[in-house]
Amino acid sequence: MLETMLTRPQSLIDQLEAVRQLLSRASSIEGAPGSIRSVAYGAFPEINVGRTPTSVEVFAFAPGIDAKSIDLTIERNVLKISGLRTSGVPKRDGRTPVQLYSNERPEGRFARAISLPDDVDPLKVEAKYRDGVLRVSIALNAAVQPQRIAVQ
Amino acid sequence: MTERTELTTTKTGESNERPVLPLVDIFEDAAGITLLADMPGVSKDRLDVKLDGDNLSIEGRVELDVPAEMRALWAEVSVPRFRRTFTLSRELDAARIEANLKDGVLTLRVPKQAHAQPRRIEVSAA
Repeated sequence: MLETMLTRPQSLIDQLEAVRQLLSRASSIEGAPGSIRSVAYGAFPEINVGRTPTSVEVFAFAPGIDAKSIDLTIERNVLKISGLRTSGVPKRDGRTPVQLYSNERPEGRFARAISLPDDVDPLKVEAKYRDGVLRVSIALNAAVQPQRIAVQ
Repeated sequence: MTERTELTTTKTGESNERPVLPLVDIFEDAAGITLLADMPGVSKDRLDVKLDGDNLSIEGRVELDVPAEMRALWAEVSVPRFRRTFTLSRELDAARIEANLKDGVLTLRVPKQAHAQPRRIEVSAA
């Protein structure tokens, strides 16, 4: 169900740096609950999720995408983000000779899924795309928010 | 857990964490070199492109519009800073570098010196 695009940095130093980042990430996540839908480091887009008293906030780090081409769906509390990222590297067509030195940026179709907490209201969703970050705010169900009950 | 909470809240102070390498595409054509770097969450005023001699460095700080009372549940982007350095060679014209940032992608265009561009040499008949 999940497609991920893995692109590794190419030079040796970059590879070492990637390993270092992988290790530091693995150790910082240790002990925290992992999601069954989580994917390996290097997935596109990377996702951060936070929670406020009134909403769940999802940040997807997806630079260089046409906002109109992002497809967002919520079905049974699973938020799916998918879309297409086109390469910025000109195609080799023989007429314009282009030499490619580095091609680390992921391209092609991407899709990720995040399971949301049970208490969200899937009808109250806002999504904004700014500086290459897609922010999706899903309001919490009003019924589960703390309410003061007057004692008669 | 405290560490993870900081991951998604934005801090303006300098952190000691090593910045993340932005992923790049680099290609060359007859007129120069183009570099594309993924720096999601970096806005124009948080981006720094510096040239020191032959060293070109790109650096950016991720600034998200995070509600103050938010706590992190999950964080894949944990270091809110990008940095990467490149060495330019002499035939490139560092003075004419053009930088453009759009939707979190930095495009740098480094033209070649005029005299380094390929040109056809006319052979004159003796």
